[in-house]
Amino acid sequence: MSTPVSTAAASAGALVDEAEHGSVDHLAGSGHDRRGRTRVDPVYYWFLIPTLALFTLTITVPAVLGIFYSFTNFIGFGDWQFTGFTNYIAVFTDPAILASYGFTFGFAIVTVLLVNVIAFLLAVGLTSRIKLKTPLRAVFVIPMVISGIVIAYVFNFLFSNSLPAFGAAADIPWLSESILANPDLAWVSIVIVTAWQSIPSTLLIYIAGLLSIPGEVHEAADIDGAGAARRLWSVTLPLVAGYVVINIIIGFKNYLNVYEVIVGLTNGGPGTATRSIAMTIFTGFTGGDYAYQMANATIFFIIAVAISVLQLRISRGRAAN
Amino acid sequence: MRAPRRRGRVGQERTNWTTLVILLLCALTVLLPLYVTVSMSLKSTSQAVDGNAFSLPAPIDFSGFAQAWELTNFPVAFMISLFITAGTVVGTVFLGALASYAIVRNWDRRLFRWSFFYLLTALFLPFPVVALPQIQLTGLVGLANPVGVIILKIMFELSFSILLFTAFLRSIPLELEESARIDGATTWQTFRRLIFPLLAPMSATVAIFAFLASWNDFMMPSLIIADSAQQTLPVVQSIFQTQFSNNYNVSFASYLMAMAPAIIVYLFTQRWVMEGVTQGAVKG
Repeated sequence: MSTPVSTAAASAGALVDEAEHGSVDHLAGSGHDRRGRTRVDPVYYWFLIPTLALFTLTITVPAVLGIFYSFTNFIGFGDWQFTGFTNYIAVFTDPAILASYGFTFGFAIVTVLLVNVIAFLLAVGLTSRIKLKTPLRAVFVIPMVISGIVIAYVFNFLFSNSLPAFGAAADIPWLSESILANPDLAWVSIVIVTAWQSIPSTLLIYIAGLLSIPGEVHEAADIDGAGAARRLWSVTLPLVAGYVVINIIIGFKNYLNVYEVIVGLTNGGPGTATRSIAMTIFTGFTGGDYAYQMANATIFFIIAVAISVLQLRISRGRAAN
Repeated sequence: MRAPRRRGRVGQERTNWTTLVILLLCALTVLLPLYVTVSMSLKSTSQAVDGNAFSLPAPIDFSGFAQAWELTNFPVAFMISLFITAGTVVGTVFLGALASYAIVRNWDRRLFRWSFFYLLTALFLPFPVVALPQIQLTGLVGLANPVGVIILKIMFELSFSILLFTAFLRSIPLELEESARIDGATTWQTFRRLIFPLLAPMSATVAIFAFLASWNDFMMPSLIIADSAQQTLPVVQSIFQTQFSNNYNVSFASYLMAMAPAIIVYLFTQRWVMEGVTQGAVKG
């Protein structure tokens, strides 16, 4: 039971080490010579260069090519011409694309809040003194290993059959019809399935965080007469603040890529009410909008980088403390 | 102020029944969709069509599985999923470990140091951003197939594995290696006999992430693999959506067969999966 804690603590520590001492042991590589640089064993190049080449061909070249085409009128094949920032200007005024950004960001914010509140409370429960701790934890992690699209199809059936049946029986008009067909509520189904699927990994991080709090802290709070809720809010939560930040950023980044759960539930509908950024970008391959959607993808990329930079800054800040 | 204190005290010493009951109810929300999947898949077509998700199958009818097996050509989809997953896991662990070893042992060389940061850039790159050019290029070079997916998947997973491997390699004392070198081992032998076995716990974490990322992935195979006869299990579910129509027992049998392998693997490797994900996520 103590292993997850120690590994988490160790890896968190390693992160600090890496940030602080990353450059310290750089002399180690040159081995046992005095000062001058030894020749690098050519085998090391064989270890690295093929991977570098493959990475360049499969990631860098497509990325550069895509950004390049975003300044043209390329439709996926044939001739093209430079069009400067035309695509970008068009993207910023395209209601379909703006709607997909609005939907995706709204969805990501709601989901990240919901997932973190539930996962945190579950983690508190799972680290308290209860029976069946291990089997319960095992059950809560199951959704993590299930394919998003497959579970979305299962929920699709529940949302279009069982939930309306329940709504009709309970005489709730808006629930008597499938929420998947309701432009105002379809997004809720996507939040629910995404949350169902991503609570486990968030939960595991919170469990690691909670187990890293020394027991004396709780005893001290207990002796001071703090009630359970009060203790949770003013003692436990501040102590796992770093884990909250990690979970929120990792989660937010993932939810911005939302795609397969939507395919399994609404396929972007009704109409285009639940069309995500990823979905809009992919239309570029079939709709002859290649260059245009690459401009969209490039903007999306800049946003993703900005969030990652924020993540790095925050984790650096934490490491410094 | 007194009452809560006393309650808190008692809670510390005995099992907290309220919490347990709430957690059990929450666990039901996890298990319910799985129960529905299993029970629907065991119904007869006529019972499944009534749309009652929660009724028990009566009589138990396995014909849904037989039909799903044939319709979706399950063995082929399963083998392709397995092939992509195995390729991704082995490739990510192996290439990641090799590259990380070269990088850490030659950190004083600019090429190796820069390679580290270069390979990490994929961490900031969501797949949708490069999807269109990748579809275009894989089509151009004849890699619009499972092999193409393996290569792309490894390259996306590589950054994370290098992050984990390099951190771990830095903690291995150099003296260990030096004694092997004195005994005349080459760099490759040192890596294979000494370093790679030492990396085993990290390799397990990397493998778990690569497994979860490739086995359940829908986005990449659905976009990269051109021939629908070579699609993976998750993608096959969407391809046959219309053909399942109202034969819910067939569709749920198909879903169950798609879910089952990962759940079974999980049941046997729970502890590793939980530790691996915790460790990886806190780091990444």
